[in-house]
Amino acid sequence: MKRVFSDRKTIIILLAPALLTYTLAMLVPMVWSLGYTFFDGSLIRGFTYTGLSNFTAVFHDRKAGQAILFTVKYAVTITVGQVLLGYLLALLYVFYLKRASSIIRTLTFFPVVLPTVAVSLLFSKLFEIAPTVGPVNSLLQALGIHAMNWFGSGSNAFIVIAAMDIWRSMGFYGVLLYAGLVDIPDDVIESARLDGASGWRLARNIVLPLSWPVVVSAVIFSINGTLKVFDSIYALTGGGPGQQTTPLTLYMYQTSFAYGKYGYGSTIALTLTIMCLLVTLVIFRSSRKDLTA
Amino acid sequence: MSTATTPTTSITLTAAESRRRSRPHAAWRGRVRRLPLALITIVLLVVEIYPLVWLLLGSLKTQSEFMNRPTWALPQNWANFANYATAWQAGISRNLLNSVIAVFPSLALIIVFGVAAGFALEVMVWKGRNTVLLLFLGGIMIPSQMILLPLFTVYFRIHLTGTMWPLVVTYTATGLPLTVFMMATYFRAIPRELFEAATIDGASLLRSFWSVAFPMMTNAIFTVGLVQFFFLWNDLLLAMTFTSGSGHNELATVQVGLLSFQGRFGSVQYGPTMAAICVNVLITLVLYLFLNQRVMKGMTAGAIKG
Repeated sequence: MKRVFSDRKTIIILLAPALLTYTLAMLVPMVWSLGYTFFDGSLIRGFTYTGLSNFTAVFHDRKAGQAILFTVKYAVTITVGQVLLGYLLALLYVFYLKRASSIIRTLTFFPVVLPTVAVSLLFSKLFEIAPTVGPVNSLLQALGIHAMNWFGSGSNAFIVIAAMDIWRSMGFYGVLLYAGLVDIPDDVIESARLDGASGWRLARNIVLPLSWPVVVSAVIFSINGTLKVFDSIYALTGGGPGQQTTPLTLYMYQTSFAYGKYGYGSTIALTLTIMCLLVTLVIFRSSRKDLTA
Repeated sequence: MSTATTPTTSITLTAAESRRRSRPHAAWRGRVRRLPLALITIVLLVVEIYPLVWLLLGSLKTQSEFMNRPTWALPQNWANFANYATAWQAGISRNLLNSVIAVFPSLALIIVFGVAAGFALEVMVWKGRNTVLLLFLGGIMIPSQMILLPLFTVYFRIHLTGTMWPLVVTYTATGLPLTVFMMATYFRAIPRELFEAATIDGASLLRSFWSVAFPMMTNAIFTVGLVQFFFLWNDLLLAMTFTSGSGHNELATVQVGLLSFQGRFGSVQYGPTMAAICVNVLITLVLYLFLNQRVMKGMTAGAIKG
């Protein structure tokens, strides 16, 4: 029987299509991209070998530094916002809404499936000031605050970007963390209640430690997604005003296609990949330590 | 005996009495304490849903309504679908067709390849299968930017730009890592005895994959397919790179089309832009309304891979 399950021909027939597609369209291009980092040029201009100059350029390029800073700022803000609000939502579902939470979960989850471009355009209209005043500015005016040009400065645009991406994904993290909270046995919480723990102390000392693994995987997932942000910012601000809301992904796109520097673009993409790997490793390591301590 | 029981009963009586007396009070206090949470829930729902209601209402308004009436006013004519007609004629229909042509073949390939690979990696027994599974898993972390330029170069060199092939191939490849991984996880839950029985009954392994394993995975396939559908349908980066290069605007997918629609009409004609966004939103929204439990399950299952 064992021989039947290790029949080489069957394995090849079943595995080859997936492995071949994956290798040819993902692994090979990845290695190829690594090769590009030693060259300057583009498809149209042709390529010249430049050694390590792309790497030194990343360190001296003020725009690249700005893009890295923005990416980190964005990833940290959005991850904290998503996971924190998601966790509060999950607590709300489990301890307040209980059985009734199904409908609320469904409703708060749906922005997740909406196309990013559509959501970005929707938010650019929500925060608009001219030629017509959008709902957000109307609300500000109704409250007696001056309406703002939200896309006029980098810091204001960042607020809109953060609001949008947290709005879009908070329900997702709510459901993800809800699954972790529901797994906590009822009798554990019940006995903690009998011992006099309630409210904040119950959440801090019982619920949070027991759901910690899910929180960690939510953070890893979130930071991996947010470091790679492209669609939503490209469609909402296009990186502007100026260069102020340009993440690494967008800067890579610009250098590659607008300025025709494939080598430099690949170097930026590599920087991003390394950032993703490092962050995941660090979180994974530190969370392990926490659990054993 | 009787003297001993009397105090106890009287105590329980007073306890019960006091509980009865305090109950309406406690219930009232409980309700007050719950009020902030109820308010939070309501605010949450308004924040999540009002933007879409506003979008829907906006798509029914005329240009002068946008200019002269407050932004939260209701549309004056509820059956004003002129904006949709404008948007449709401006190319939305073509974009929808392109998206269907790019997404569904990719989806079919992802599923067939993914289930087969999952079977080969989890049910079949051979040296190195864990390494290959890890190889697939690594693909989940790679940003698309890392594969964009070489693929663009290759597609250009073999004259595929200007067709839908680059998109189908790239979508299939990028969808595989997660699908293979999830399929392998699902196969792990199926006892191998099942396939052994099929083999004893005389089925070849390929046959038992196709007639036993594949039908058994219907549920998983549907869930994973749904998740991948949303990823591919909502993609902008790959679609923009592989379709809009060298002036092939007739290949634009829904998302690329919507973005250029905004560029052409957005700051001038509000109604049609809102209608175009609305069409885009409604497609995924309707799908979600029918299959929400499954979508939520699939999406979050894809996240816990860690």
